[in-house]
Amino acid sequence: MEILLAIVIGALYAAAVYMLLRRGIVKLLIGLSLLSHAANLLIFTAAGLTRGGPPLVALEGQASTLPQADPLPQALILTAIVISFAVTAFALALAYRVYYTTGSGDMDDLQQSDIS
Amino acid sequence: MSRWLVAPILIPMLTGVLCLLAVRRPRLNRWISVTGAALELAAAVALLAAVRSQGTLVLQVGGWPAPFGITLVADLLSAFLLAAACLLAFTLSIYSLASIGAQLESFAYHTLYHFLIMGVSGAFLTGDLFNLYVWFEVMLMASFVLMALGGERGQMEGAIKYVTLNLLASAFFLAALGILYGLVGTLNLADLAVKIGGVTERQPQGMLMAVALLLLVAFGIKSAVFPLFFWLPASYHTPPAAVSALFSGLLTKVGVYSLIRVFTILFVQNPDLTHNLILWISIPTMVTGVLGAVAQNQFRRVLSFHIISQIGYMILGLGLFTPLGLAGAIYFTAHNMIAKTNLFLVSGVVERLQGSQWLSRLGGLYVTQPLLAGLFLVPALSLAGLPPLSGFFAKLSLIQASFDARQYLAGGVAVAVSLFTLLSMMKLWNEAFWKPRAEDAPADAELPDRARWLVPIALLSLVTLAMGLGANWFYSLALDAGHQLMNPNNYILAVMGGQP
Repeated sequence: MEILLAIVIGALYAAAVYMLLRRGIVKLLIGLSLLSHAANLLIFTAAGLTRGGPPLVALEGQASTLPQADPLPQALILTAIVISFAVTAFALALAYRVYYTTGSGDMDDLQQSDIS
Repeated sequence: MSRWLVAPILIPMLTGVLCLLAVRRPRLNRWISVTGAALELAAAVALLAAVRSQGTLVLQVGGWPAPFGITLVADLLSAFLLAAACLLAFTLSIYSLASIGAQLESFAYHTLYHFLIMGVSGAFLTGDLFNLYVWFEVMLMASFVLMALGGERGQMEGAIKYVTLNLLASAFFLAALGILYGLVGTLNLADLAVKIGGVTERQPQGMLMAVALLLLVAFGIKSAVFPLFFWLPASYHTPPAAVSALFSGLLTKVGVYSLIRVFTILFVQNPDLTHNLILWISIPTMVTGVLGAVAQNQFRRVLSFHIISQIGYMILGLGLFTPLGLAGAIYFTAHNMIAKTNLFLVSGVVERLQGSQWLSRLGGLYVTQPLLAGLFLVPALSLAGLPPLSGFFAKLSLIQASFDARQYLAGGVAVAVSLFTLLSMMKLWNEAFWKPRAEDAPADAELPDRARWLVPIALLSLVTLAMGLGANWFYSLALDAGHQLMNPNNYILAVMGGQP
């Protein structure tokens, strides 16, 4: 399972970098959200996968037969997902504003303020 | 006292919320904003005094013991930088009243402003790496909106670059956190510091160094070191002057703070690799920043490149990894937050008076605004490192520390870069203040609310002077902070409550 997830994470990172390197603003945003998905899955995998174990501790005196999952990485990922959701929403609004203001969705056209 | 550790986070949050409620009543909104910033400054100064007298303060939020709960820690480094940040927040809240304008204020400028301060305070005070990530995001979210607020073309262009690079850095940070948690099983800084030694015994150091370098890249992007700084000069000159000043004073410095924190408490196993790398990064950071500045012809772009050059000095101190070097880095960071922000404030006044940031279109301000010219000279000469101003002592201690550590190249570069900084400051002085203005240029605009423009600049100039004339007090504070950082045992004991 770890190997499969490692391949998925690698593919997500590769796809994210490819999209980040393209010129369209929307593609750039797709790249950024893929990047955050890859990071989330990485936390999930690196912290150790436990199959079929709820993140609950058995009552005292009752030995648990199931392995227990670590709840903390899931909590971390949940937080990170919420943050990336908010940031993506903002970035989409920004992309629209950029298109509205500059009339272009091409990163190469966004260099007017760089002239020195 | 440790209960009050949460005040520097709560005060800006409440202020921000109240400002949002009062957004339709501009006068009330402004009063709330300035009062909130003043309270925040008082809280930060009280915290610094308490940390100075009682040692490291710790608050376990909700009563959950570390490493299970959320920990807030204030040691000398945190408290000192927090006090400097809150001083900026207070002066800038006054400056904003004059420079921001009613339209941006009606877009909840003051709320965003205080939420940004909340993120910065949280980042300085947290004792947990994941919390640091969350505070970074709070700060970034507010800064994204502030960067784009107003919606001019330049701002849009700057904002896209700024948002992209910062999100990229956040993704690196998050990936590093995931791997670190997988290796060690905790993210509390003190707990990590205890357990990280066990990791190196169990398995080769490769993974740990990979995490260290991922964090170096993540914080490196945020603090704009060579070769990761390109977003900064492409975006910092685009928003209104008050916002540029806020960003230049706080955001990159939080990146530097995180670097100092992480590379003094966690990744100290292999300083030959990590700290030497930081040292070697600091040299091109200083040089490219200052050379980039020489080539610029816009007031705020010159200053933006200087931010990069001075980040180089700060991480030079970290790279040396001696108490003296760290003390120099801390003193330099505080000095730079104040002096650099002040220069951005001056650039805002100049732009309002003469309607341009292009140096070729400015001139003659020494004749028309002698007070402003005098106030400009204090931070400018301090930045270049002339005695008796704060920059001189900051650079002196860094250069002395590099020679003590036998890093003659780094020390020599630091001296040479100072000369180029002086050159650039003289260029700003000559172009904007000394040379006569072009004859066909329109007359200077009026400066209504003169006090609101100039009092913040005067205040920060006074602090720069005080940090230079009272260098003994500030420097001994920084030196104590440096010693504290080199002996993380106190920090660990304070957080873990004596149980390893």
